[in-house]
Amino acid sequence: MGVIKSFKKNFAGLFKKLFNKQNARIGIYGPPNAGKTTLANRILRDWTGDAMGSVSHVAHETRRARRREGVTIKTNGNSITLDIIDTPGLATKIDFQDFMAAGMEAGEAKRRAKEATEGVIEAVKWLENLDGVILVMDATEDPFTQVNVTVIGNMEARNLPLLIAANKVDLENSSPTTIRDAFPQHPMVAISALEGKNIDTLYEEIAKRFG
Amino acid sequence: MDLISEDMLAGMAPVEKVRFIIDEVKNGKILVLEKGLTPEEEAQLIEITMSQIDPDDFSGIEMESYPFKIDNSFIGKLFKKNTIRTRLTVIGPANQLKTLKRDRDLISALVSSKK
Repeated sequence: MGVIKSFKKNFAGLFKKLFNKQNARIGIYGPPNAGKTTLANRILRDWTGDAMGSVSHVAHETRRARRREGVTIKTNGNSITLDIIDTPGLATKIDFQDFMAAGMEAGEAKRRAKEATEGVIEAVKWLENLDGVILVMDATEDPFTQVNVTVIGNMEARNLPLLIAANKVDLENSSPTTIRDAFPQHPMVAISALEGKNIDTLYEEIAKRFG
Repeated sequence: MDLISEDMLAGMAPVEKVRFIIDEVKNGKILVLEKGLTPEEEAQLIEITMSQIDPDDFSGIEMESYPFKIDNSFIGKLFKKNTIRTRLTVIGPANQLKTLKRDRDLISALVSSKK
């Protein structure tokens, strides 16, 4: 049995080398503070043992896209290897005064705003280089935001797979059904990236959608 | 507030459209686009907006469009590229236009003349 497995593994590796097949690149997108990095950290901790980046309650904590290559997710006998890109939160406006309201000094707030604008540009540029998207939405917020509409539109225009993660269902006022009703044409999994709730269902959907 | 006809934007290249919109919005105009922008143009508009943000002058835009509709035509399926139907879109300076409520077919917004 071990010999067959080993043969299959070597053959798959040889096939990959011969045809230069790359892992699917999956971007984790969403508005600021939806829980993108918390989800990226959850995925990496579960399948590689380390983390993607730091998280904060102040918006735009992630201001540079981070890529982790070759993350293998195994579920129900299926296995899929992905390159995962954790992107900065998308926004149409960034006001440094919002950071000051969160307790930052003016200089630090302006610097964070500047870095955040660069992060959004980077996230938009990545859209053209992906094979699929996990769109993280905050299930306590209205799902009809411009960011959600634009990301979904871009995936639909390119006919690329999209999976919605309705995050923060550990919070009492969350309403994942509102998200499902808003975008019924796309699969949605209600999760808590923080607590790991329904995360196995998300992995099954990832394997199904991006495999 | 300017109401922009479909014909006016149809004659422009995507980059011209985006440049036109950003220039008008930076001058304090609120634009109602009869036929909206494609998803790619919306993404490009977000990108250019970010490059124009100035902490002391311009904090960005508010953009309100309905979810896109897909034409599931045979040709589209054949070429694995969907045709997207764009819809009415409102764009204005972030400090003058605020979305109150939005769903699939209704946008409620507050427009302010004060900056």
